[in-house]
Amino acid sequence: MSPPLLEVNDLKMHFPLGGGLLRSPTKFVYAVDGVSFRVERGETLSLVGESGCGKSTVGRAILRLLKPTGGQVVLSGKRIDDMSSGTLRPLRRRAQVVFQDPFSSLNPRIRVRDALAEPINNFGLAKNRADLAAKLDALMDKVGLPREALGRWPHEFSGGQRQRIGIARALAAEPDLIVCDEAVSALDVSVKAQIVNLLGDLQKELGLALLFISHDLAIVEHMTHRVAVMYLGKIAEIGTKRQIFARPRHPYTEALLSAVPKPDPLAKRDRIMLKGDVPSPISPPSGCRFHTRCPYVFDRCRTEEPRLREVERGHEAACHLNDRDPQDNPLLDGARA
Amino acid sequence: MADAAFAPPPGLAVAEELPDVIPARKRLTGVWGFVRRRPSVAFGAALLGVMALLAIFAPLIGTVDPGALATSKRLRPPSAEAWFGTDMLGRDLYSRVVYGARVSLIVGFSVAVLASIAGLVIGLVSGMVRWVDGAVMRLIDGMMSIPPILLAVALMALTRGSLQNVVIAITLAEIPRVARLVRGVVLSLREQPYVDAAVAAGTPAPMIVIRHILPNTIAPMTVQATYICASAMIVEAILSFIGAGVPPITPSWGNIMAEGRALWQVKPTIVFFPAIFLSLTVLAVNLLGDGLRDALDPRMAKRL
Repeated sequence: MSPPLLEVNDLKMHFPLGGGLLRSPTKFVYAVDGVSFRVERGETLSLVGESGCGKSTVGRAILRLLKPTGGQVVLSGKRIDDMSSGTLRPLRRRAQVVFQDPFSSLNPRIRVRDALAEPINNFGLAKNRADLAAKLDALMDKVGLPREALGRWPHEFSGGQRQRIGIARALAAEPDLIVCDEAVSALDVSVKAQIVNLLGDLQKELGLALLFISHDLAIVEHMTHRVAVMYLGKIAEIGTKRQIFARPRHPYTEALLSAVPKPDPLAKRDRIMLKGDVPSPISPPSGCRFHTRCPYVFDRCRTEEPRLREVERGHEAACHLNDRDPQDNPLLDGARA
Repeated sequence: MADAAFAPPPGLAVAEELPDVIPARKRLTGVWGFVRRRPSVAFGAALLGVMALLAIFAPLIGTVDPGALATSKRLRPPSAEAWFGTDMLGRDLYSRVVYGARVSLIVGFSVAVLASIAGLVIGLVSGMVRWVDGAVMRLIDGMMSIPPILLAVALMALTRGSLQNVVIAITLAEIPRVARLVRGVVLSLREQPYVDAAVAAGTPAPMIVIRHILPNTIAPMTVQATYICASAMIVEAILSFIGAGVPPITPSWGNIMAEGRALWQVKPTIVFFPAIFLSLTVLAVNLLGDGLRDALDPRMAKRL
């Protein structure tokens, strides 16, 4: 079996706090604290969680916009987490990014043509000027924008159009993986659907892998293959879309799913309300990080940290409840259909 | 657009197409349109233009040698012969004030350009290179704790008075302000998603600075440069006034005012004319700066 396109092993991203010119930092923000997952070619993995759970930081570490403080990032068989920026540059082509805010993701002083040509020229993907022009036209066609728009400035476009330009820029490098960091969260509903469908079409057409970072479970359910749920810098549960949405095996996932609005106004809703706020990632709780808010908390959760453990094939969850007798596991009551 | 094949359902009628009721707004163009839209900027530009012309063509506009003494014609009031009167050595005040514009404008523009370039370089390096930042910014903080005028006076005390030294002294005193501004802008720009996207797109760091960061610092820096220009003119006049600026034989507005200081109660014209010219020039530069700020980036206007 060929290696996965992207493999993340025990990724850690700790940001120092309170350090100065001569003082060493006293505390750390444990933004990402031991995250592992794989993304196969042509697959969509969604990273979901509340804001501040570290999902964007994972994305930035994979793109090496941040240097991980621990763990490994392996992109098509090559470790990139400890590469120098010079060695890394040619490999950057393989992983590109689409950001949330369509307004700040394009430099206001650079025309669309030059923004799209930047990655093509950096990676030497065009043989000559005619080839470059043809590639630019093809990119515009792919994302459904008129070719004439190449000569325009970013401020002349709407949010959805800018997001298409952002996607075209990511595609320009001919990547294998695109990290979509809340790529549709800032768009209104109709445009959101268009962009999600565009991403899906491009994935089928080009065999792209997507790492889709989002807090919007409705969108995630619509477009993903697999889901990883993050809580406070760790993965709480990871599995296929069907497994996660129908048979969550972590109380946090269960609570998240209960918060997804349903289009049926008469549907009975058992909303699980979580108490309190997300604890601070500066001093995460002992034991299970979720124990302060978990409705099923028991003694073991406060002292012993649960490992991510396979509960069924391709489905892993980090919860002590799964060690119990299935009769005594509240997560298995009334599994969602 | 009415489709021929489209028939309205019974009971409904299709409204006639409405004419365009909003007439195209007539927008004045050309010089007059600009004056109407931005009167204060136009006024500032015109005033500064006049001052610049005075300075450039000083020998051609009815002036005499500004240093020529005429002891028989001392302290004359303004007249047809000597438009602004004469000073206590009988020198023609009009000629002195017009030649004085040269000093002020040269100092103002040289300082603005030099301080901007130096501040831009320091600010860019400081904003981009983490380990330089701490050291450089502490130094800049130290310099900013001294008022620019005091710093310029102290620097002038180290050298002899000349136009060149005045420019260098004021430039050194103004660099920290530009450097801080540019650093702040760079720090916010490097967090922009488009910079991250460029990094992911394999753009090397120097190209990121040139393509994505530098062009976006120019607008706020240009605005800052106009304020520095105005401030440099005032500092130059102060330096001259207290005898730490250009040599006393050079007619600069500060020197003229210093010379007239002892006599200002009996002959206020000697102080009055250079003071008015200085005020008008500084006003012109500031009006221009405000206009530039609004034109270049309305969002930036609130931050400066």
